[in-house]
Amino acid sequence: MKYITEYRDPHLVERYLAELHRITTRPWTIMEVCGGQTHSLVKNGILQLLPSQITMVHGPGCPVCVTPLHLIDKAVHLALEKGVILCSYGDMLRVPGSKMSLLEAKAKGADVRVLYSPLEAVKIAAEHPDREVVFFAVGFETTAPANALSVVHAHRAGVKNYSILASHVLVPPAMEAVLDDEEGIIQGFLAAGHVCTIMGMDEYYPIVEKYKIPIVVTGFEPVDLVQGILMVVEQLEKGEYRLENQYSRVVHPNGNPEARKVVEQIFETTDREWRGVGNIPNSGWEVRPEMAAFNANLKFHVNIEKAEENKDCIAGQVLKGLKKPHECPMFGKGCNPQNPLGAPMVSSEGACAAYYHFSRVAEELAV
Amino acid sequence: MSEKINILRASCPMPTLDFDVITLGHGSGGLLMNKLLDSGVFDVLKNDLLDERHDGAIFEMPAGKMAFSTDSYVVSPVFFPGGNIGELAVNGTVNDLAMCGAAAKYLSLGFILEEGLTMQAFWDILISIKHAAEKAGVKIVTGDTKVVERGKGDQIFINTSGIGSVHPRADIAMRRVKPGDKIIVSGNIATHGIAIMSVREGLEFETTIESDTCNLNHTVLALLDEFGEQVHLLRDPTRGGVASVLNEVARDAKLGVEIHQKAIPVIEEVYGACELLGLDPLYVANEGVFLAIVEAAIADDFLKKLKTLEYGEAAAIIGEVVEAHPRQVIMHSHIGGRRVVNMLVGEQLPRIC
Repeated sequence: MKYITEYRDPHLVERYLAELHRITTRPWTIMEVCGGQTHSLVKNGILQLLPSQITMVHGPGCPVCVTPLHLIDKAVHLALEKGVILCSYGDMLRVPGSKMSLLEAKAKGADVRVLYSPLEAVKIAAEHPDREVVFFAVGFETTAPANALSVVHAHRAGVKNYSILASHVLVPPAMEAVLDDEEGIIQGFLAAGHVCTIMGMDEYYPIVEKYKIPIVVTGFEPVDLVQGILMVVEQLEKGEYRLENQYSRVVHPNGNPEARKVVEQIFETTDREWRGVGNIPNSGWEVRPEMAAFNANLKFHVNIEKAEENKDCIAGQVLKGLKKPHECPMFGKGCNPQNPLGAPMVSSEGACAAYYHFSRVAEELAV
Repeated sequence: MSEKINILRASCPMPTLDFDVITLGHGSGGLLMNKLLDSGVFDVLKNDLLDERHDGAIFEMPAGKMAFSTDSYVVSPVFFPGGNIGELAVNGTVNDLAMCGAAAKYLSLGFILEEGLTMQAFWDILISIKHAAEKAGVKIVTGDTKVVERGKGDQIFINTSGIGSVHPRADIAMRRVKPGDKIIVSGNIATHGIAIMSVREGLEFETTIESDTCNLNHTVLALLDEFGEQVHLLRDPTRGGVASVLNEVARDAKLGVEIHQKAIPVIEEVYGACELLGLDPLYVANEGVFLAIVEAAIADDFLKKLKTLEYGEAAAIIGEVVEAHPRQVIMHSHIGGRRVVNMLVGEQLPRIC
């Protein structure tokens, strides 16, 4: 397949790996921010091909995983009690709320629909003027333009029974939160390529300078990941720190100005609670006051009791890279993808689920 | 493929019936139902045993072992690219019997129709049942029709049960799987699931991907004629896909399974659709593919033969059974890494990004 198979070329991967093994002289700890990268590292078996001195720490970049409990409870409530048509991306359905997941709500009779695009939800709203349609808009900067566009479309078409339950999170503040953590151990970052496709690279220069840390904007295929890691290690070995772009075939330094314009038109920055991590200032997007009619948070007055996270779950430490999933006492015992205690075990991009599929292997494969 | 298109396009004129949709009356046992059966089902599926119109079919049993299997079909949408629920219901049970090493002989056919199903749709399904049964060489000898109120079904559900005689040389069982055995897949995987996904609500992508639904019995029996007891296990990876079957093998045989990603045949369009939707082809449903676990010594000959048989041209050896890592399926990735392939958890839901 054009533009994919080339980046899965075993010979190219082998060459980058050989170079990585050649230049690595000391232990380095690198975080890949995005869950998509974690998934690819695991799915392609890349981790066990890296030099043993390199430790990959899996960052908080799984939007499904960091969506706070009370928002899931709210979505469940809207679907079950308020009779709305609740639409979302597939992964979101299985994430456990404090009482149930959206999938369980669906089984109990709620109208919950899996969509691939929020524009579909606007279409559903137009077709069902007698029903309220809510799109559970989760995701990083990547999914925000499409979610924002759905509001633009609904606004333009006069669709009044459509709103979004926004839970957008932003990458740069999360990276800073990881670096500010006193137990922080991260020496280099692979930044999320698709986020930069939208936002460009400017946001990362201040982080490089402030923390003197190499950041390489990286893609998702095996060649991308191994090359990205190589670019970070090259800098680390030389004691340098720069922002570099491995994913230049997709990421323009200025990002996608059109997409950013739509996002700015609909969203504004807000403090955001990250599941398992806590509140991070200015780390999310919420619907602007002038678009309040499309904000499900304001449209429906739902008072949800704040629920406690499961105390046995160490998701927070995992999401900050302080603990590996398999270091959790519940890992694979009380917690598995069928019965997840915390969100990182749910989404295939969550670090715990990725490890569950991985470190149950014969010991030789364990990281 | 050409044969399948013929089946789909084969048209028999629909008889004149009093209604253009199924009504509750069609399931009442009264006149309406009799008319539906007389000018519809019985006439189309005509054969000596069915023509008796008894409560059940009465027939002689051949000597030797028999296999018996049942399956219900609830696919949505009822008509999908490359087929419909009717042929699926015939092929599915015929194939389940084939996986036992048996040649399907007789099928039962149970309809649960939802009030409001159009007569034309019912007729089209019936015709494709007829053609699928003829092609597989199986007779439909008994059946049942029920109608449920609108909203209590999803247009049409079908149950088929089948009985067939087991090939005299077949000895297919989990206990026969042993280290060293080779794992062979008979064709491109994930095609059916993606064909269905492409027409589900909420998903709009244009594709020419057609379901691979077909009868595998002729192919399987030809292989058993030649390789007999050296075939240790046969399975059709329908729901849950190839990954689920291999996990069942690893679990039940208490052995390890190793597969090689680059050996697994997937049509490029299907691979592309999987990439786009965030699905793993290993977990996507198949209808016209089987997995064979065979004695290592005959694997190459088995493959060679299979490639000459109907629906076998894309067949490939994809892996082997090993003693290491019992109960686990491990895949060697394109780039030489390794990872576990687990049992599917719940429904395979698309990833968000």
